Parts: sequence; C-alpha cells; structure tokens
Amino acid sequence: MELFRSTNIDWLGKKWYFLGFSLIFSVAGVLSMLFWHGVPRGVDFKGGTLIYVKFDTTPNEDHLRQALDAGGIREPTIQRISGSLGQTANEEMISLPQSSATDAAHDAGRASVVSALTANYHDSAFEVQQVEIVGPTAGKQLQKQAWLATLYSLIGMLIYLWFRFELIYGVAAVVAVFHDTLITVGAFSLTNQEITLTVIAAILTLIGYSMNDTIVVFDRIRENLALSRRESLADVVNRSINQTLTRTVISSGLTFLTVLSLYLFGGEVLHGFSFALVVGILIGTYSSIAVAAPMLVAYQDWRASHGKAATLPAGKRSKV
Amino acid sequence: MGKNLAGKTAFIIAILVVFCFGFVGIPHGSLKESIGKQIHLGLDLKGGTHLVLQVKVAEAVSAQSDNDVARLEEDLQKAGITGASVGKLDPAHMDTITISGTPIAKSSDVRGVLTGGTYPNYDVGSNPDGSWKLTMKPAAVKELDARTLSTSIETIRERIDKLGVTEPVIQQYGLGENEILIELPGETDPARVQNIIQSTARLEIHQVVGGPFNSDQDALQANGGVIPPDSVLIKGSGTNGGGDQIWLLKRVSEVAGNDFRDAQPSTDENGRPDITFNLTTDAGERFYKYTDAHKGTGSMAIVLDNRVKEVAGIQSAIRDSGRISGGGFTKESAADLSLMLRTGALPASLEFLETRTVGPSLGAASIKQGVVAAVAGMLAVMAFMLIYYRGAGINADLALVLNLVLLLGFMGYSGSVLTLPGIAGVILTIGMGVDSNVLIFERIREELRSGKTSAAAVQQGFAHAWITIIDTHVTTIVSALILFLFGTGPVRGFAVTLAVGLCANLFTAVFVSRVIFDAGLAKKERGAALSI
Repeated sequence: MELFRSTNIDWLGKKWYFLGFSLIFSVAGVLSMLFWHGVPRGVDFKGGTLIYVKFDTTPNEDHLRQALDAGGIREPTIQRISGSLGQTANEEMISLPQSSATDAAHDAGRASVVSALTANYHDSAFEVQQVEIVGPTAGKQLQKQAWLATLYSLIGMLIYLWFRFELIYGVAAVVAVFHDTLITVGAFSLTNQEITLTVIAAILTLIGYSMNDTIVVFDRIRENLALSRRESLADVVNRSINQTLTRTVISSGLTFLTVLSLYLFGGEVLHGFSFALVVGILIGTYSSIAVAAPMLVAYQDWRASHGKAATLPAGKRSKV
Repeated sequence: MGKNLAGKTAFIIAILVVFCFGFVGIPHGSLKESIGKQIHLGLDLKGGTHLVLQVKVAEAVSAQSDNDVARLEEDLQKAGITGASVGKLDPAHMDTITISGTPIAKSSDVRGVLTGGTYPNYDVGSNPDGSWKLTMKPAAVKELDARTLSTSIETIRERIDKLGVTEPVIQQYGLGENEILIELPGETDPARVQNIIQSTARLEIHQVVGGPFNSDQDALQANGGVIPPDSVLIKGSGTNGGGDQIWLLKRVSEVAGNDFRDAQPSTDENGRPDITFNLTTDAGERFYKYTDAHKGTGSMAIVLDNRVKEVAGIQSAIRDSGRISGGGFTKESAADLSLMLRTGALPASLEFLETRTVGPSLGAASIKQGVVAAVAGMLAVMAFMLIYYRGAGINADLALVLNLVLLLGFMGYSGSVLTLPGIAGVILTIGMGVDSNVLIFERIREELRSGKTSAAAVQQGFAHAWITIIDTHVTTIVSALILFLFGTGPVRGFAVTLAVGLCANLFTAVFVSRVIFDAGLAKKERGAALSI
C-alpha cells in the first residue's frame, strides 16, 4: 500500500497563500495576547490557590458559589472538570487569586475553602482531591525558568544545525519553530486556556517535533543539492518536499493519532498539555513545508539581488 | 552488515532480558505488584504532598550578631572600657554592629578587643568621631547561610522521619535561593505537615516580672512608663490558657533550646493532654538553684516561639523535669509539639513558596487515563504499521515494544520517577520511534522503485535515513537535556523519559530493525521481493 506514488506539487508557488495563512493566525494570536485574553497564566506562574473538589453528586454551581460567598471567599473562579470523553466527573476546580503580595498566609486559601464548603454547602458530600498553592516568589521563578529553558533549547538547536548544515538552515528552522510557538501560545490566548508548567513541557516538545520535521526536509534538500547542481534551488526544494511527503503525512498523522488519544482519554490533568500538542503537531508539520523551506529560497534570492554568490551552500554532508 | 547475525541476535535478546528484569524484577506475586515495586511513581500519580519552602537565613545572621553584641558588651567591660553603647542601628543591615560612646583615649584598647581574635568574622572600621563599625565578612555570612540551610534540612528530616512517612524526599532546591524541596508520598494533609515543619519550636523558660496585662499601654503604665531594661513584653495566653494577654518577663531565659533533653506527650491528673519534658544534667542543676531560690514567691513562664504558652507559680524546687499543661492541647497537638521539641529548634523561620497536594484517588484516575491513552495510541499506531508496511510493519512493531521495554527497564534501574508528564513523554517517544521507522521504510521503498535488489535497497535505505535520524534525534535530545537542566519537577520527569526514550529508539529503530531485515533477507533466495 502506498499513499503518494509521485507527487509533483509546486509548494513554493503557494508561498503567498502560506504567508497569508501564517500571518492571519499569528496576528490573531498576538492581538489576543495584547488586547483580549492576554497570555492566561496558570497558578504555576501567577501564584494563587487551586483546589480540586470531588462531589458525590453533580454540584449545582450556583449553590457552590453562594456557599463560598457565605464563607467569605472573594472572587473564586469555579470551573467544572469533565472526565475523559466529556463525561461528568462531579469535580470542580476552584481557583483563588494570590491573596497578598507576600508569601505569607499560605495555607489560608485551602483551609478557608474547605471550611466554607463544610459550613455552607449541603447538596452532597465532597472530598478535596488536589491542592496547588504557589506563592508569588515561586511563580516568578518558575516563569523565569520556563523562559530560559525555551530560549536555551532554541539556541542549543540553532548551534547544532549550524554545525551540521549551515547557519541559514539553523536560522530558518528556528524562525519556523518560533512561528509555531507563537501560534500555539496564541491559540491558548484565543481559547483562554491557562498555560501551566506541563503546557510549557508540551511547547518544548512541539519545538522538538517541528524541528524534527524541518530537519527531515532540510536533509533531503542538502542531499539533492549535492547531487544536482544545475537545477534551480526552488525546484530542488519542491522536489525534496514532494519526496518526503509520504513520510511527513504518515509520521505526523500517527503522532497526531497518539496525541489525539491523549487529548481524548488523558483526562483533565493532561488537557492543556495535549491541546498544545494537538495544535503543535499540525502547525509544526505545516511550518516545515510552508515556512522553513521557502525561507531558504528567499534567502538565496536576497543574496542574488545583492550581487553575492547566487548558490546556496549545500552544507556539510558527512557520513556519520 | 549481514554478518554475524547470530551474535547480534543474542546481543539483542540479552539486552531484552536485562531490561525486562529492570522493570519486572524477581517476580513475586502478580506481574502488577512486581512492576509496582520496581517503577517509582511520582506524587502526581500516587498522591501526596509536595512543598517548596525558603529558609529565612538572614534571621540566623541577625541572631548571630545579636549574640556577638552581648559578647562585645561583656568584653569591653572586662577591658575596663566604660560608657560604650553597642548595638545594631541599621534595620536593613542586621549583620552590622556599631559601637559608640567609647572615649577617644581608649581607642587602642577597643581595637585590641576587636582584633584580639575573638571576632574573626567581622571587618572592623573606625570613624573619626570615635565610633566603630563591625560588618560581618561576606564569606562568614555565606558560611552561616549554608550552615543554616543544612541544619534546617536536618531538623526537618528528623521531624518528618518521626511522622512515619515512607520514602520522603527532603533536599536543597533551586539555585542558591536557600530553598528546600519536600515530597511526602501518601501524606495528604498539608496543613498539618506545614505546621510541624514550620514551627521553629524554640522553647524557653523565663522568670515572670509582672502581668498579665491587657495591653502594652497597661504594662507601660504599671511600670511608670518604661519597660525595665532587663525585661521584655511577650504576648501569650493567660493563666490556664485564657485569652490574649501580655506578660512582662526577664529578658534572659532561665533555660532554653539546648537545655531540653527530651519531651513526651502525656496526660495530667484530669486526663487532659500535656507535655512532659526533661532537662540536661547541667541545666537541671541550674534550674534547681533557680526554682529553689524562688519557690513560693515567683512564677515562671514557658515561652514557645516567642509566645507565652503557660505561666505557673513555682511551688517547689524542680531539678530535671517539668510539664507544659493548660495550653489547650488536643492529643494530636501535644504529640506534634513534643515531636518538634525533641527534634530541636529550627535555626531560622521558613516561608512556604509552593504547596501541591494530590489525593490518592485522583492519582489513580490519572494513572488509568494516562495508561489507557498510551496503550490506545500505541495499538492504533502498531495496527497502521502492519497494514501499511506489511512484513516490515512487524519490524516497526517489534522495535516499538522493545523501545518500551528499554525505557521502563531504565526507569527501574535508575530509580527515576515516573510522572504524568513522563507518561506523555513515553507517548511522544512512540511517535518519534514510528517516525524513524517510516523514514527508513520510505527510503527502502524509493530504492526499490529505482530498481535496486532487496539487499541493496535495505543497505541504501538505512544508510540514507540514518543521517536524518541522527540529526532529528540529537536535536530533540539536546532540547530534552536543556529541559532537564532548567526545568523543575514534572518537566524534568518528562525530559528524562524523552531523552532515554530517544536513545532507546536509536538502538531499536536502527540496529534492531536492521538485524530483523538482514535475518529475513538471509532466509530468502536472492532476488526475492521484500514485504514492505
């Protein structure tokens, strides 16, 4: 069985459509980050208290809110948790904002929620399942760490690609990955989903995955450049994308399948994580074809128009 | 290649057995039990409490300089220097001591005291007006900080050990921010744990000068507007645990901290919980002299963490044991407090930065969901590979299973902790493992289309795909390593499984899959078609 015997699609001819598509999604995300939902940060980063409560029967959220209000809990966010495949889990996530600018009075959040529910909520029995309390200091630190981890891993990959290919390949791959990250974070902003530590792990995974996809295409370009010196770069790039297309579709499709099963069956705890991966796999696959590869051609055109040597270096191809 | 197939097969089987042993161990009981013993689950999977706290090391520095202030006053007096006022004037620099009011004529005597070797931890500076400034040396501060942190960790460890939590993690955390990470599997009442850890548990007995008063103003009034210099006002409960009252106590305690040898929860004659303590022999002598001198006339206050816990009249001379009662103890709080007293005082107070608690039932649900997702994803992938690549699909599926065995085996041997993001890392490894196989198979198909023989196509396919696989894997491993270095807790778990999974994948997708191909080719006649 074979998917595509020999495709001959002019990918580079569609670069303006790609550019338009990428622009729409990145700009929408950026606008949402700037003017709408911002970047919704989870308790991990902004600090505060998060309490998962499991009830014996499906709770009435109005009663819940009244009970918390009667207990003096200000501005709680109450969110229903759905189990796998959307079944009700009778669980509610109650989050409280950071109570003060200091790390003091740390357990007050949990204790006051529990006592408010015990005293004022009579619909059904409940059990506290999970509590996360993060002080402002820890939140800032985790945020800084997440930024640094992302930045350093990008630099690490850029250096590796520079060493294995040429600098322009590394730059193009990093731009593509940045594009993916921007759109994924934008998707979180647009859907107003919180970014937590595990989502950061997912974003780093998608960076690795998108890189993986881009390298497969680049590797083929490098190989083809070394073989045929007379063909234009645009033709070589097109041919390389077409040659790797079956692999791209199968691998991305199967990875998408595993990630989708995680999204569907993984439960609430992995929801943000798997959402980032579902979006990330799609956009990461797209960007290696629509962003990274055209950049190589654009770079060569730019060099040509500035009177420099017109051929793109084929890069090193050492037998490992 | 193609040679020494038997040797290679034996090598692969040996690896398989070794790594199977890694996560199954010596089987006893059911398979599930055996695996459960070998693979350590993270708190997010088995439930428990995760705490990050910061040690306020500045307090220990301040306490140290307080001691030195007292010592300096004595030393200056001994050296015949009168009129000196020693103190810490700048609240922002609690490690700086100033001496003022010493006569200029005595300057060299003062210098002699300061540089005589008793205060090696201070930089000494003199001002033209005759005052002196002692600043603790940065190296000394650093050493004191480190000692405070390690003492805190030791004290916390002792307290937690006595709580009976199995396999607790208590370790330094972060990069020089004096933080401690505590993980307590199975403990799901963070409030109680916090209380036990956080109490500094500094127990002292002071002589009562006056009180109780209802407010600071009352206390001042009763003493003619000033608090006597050797006394101090301390808040606390009234006699028999009554309301919030203020006591005037002697500043210097009669017995404190290290003088206590033991503390046990007990009950008083009315069956109410209280705490019995014992003093060391030395302190017992001292305490005997003190109580003997004041029996019938004075009363004493038991002060815990700068709060009066109990005030009692001195009825008779006490040598080496006493009790703290009337503190409104419950059985549990009496047990907790005596535990804290037994393990000693913390050198500085603690601030909680992060608290996470996962109930065991949520952990169990997460495990189930994570495993279901992993298995469902993997089965779907394996089915697709078989349908799409037929014979070669078996290679891919075997490689996948072996990959999983290697990964789990490594987790078992290294004692790495499997977290929920770790399971996600496993799922991702599966994705990349499949990608390697697809890359190789597609390359082989291309070579076959260009008319090569089966053997040549396999040879060429692997050779071409190998370079790409190395590039993709190394870049991802680089990012996993960086994730491990800069990430925290759950992210680290993810990085570990991803990095190990990718290494295993290099072995299975490239080496093992090749051996299976070669074995297949060796059996076939030359020129027979490859099932791919």
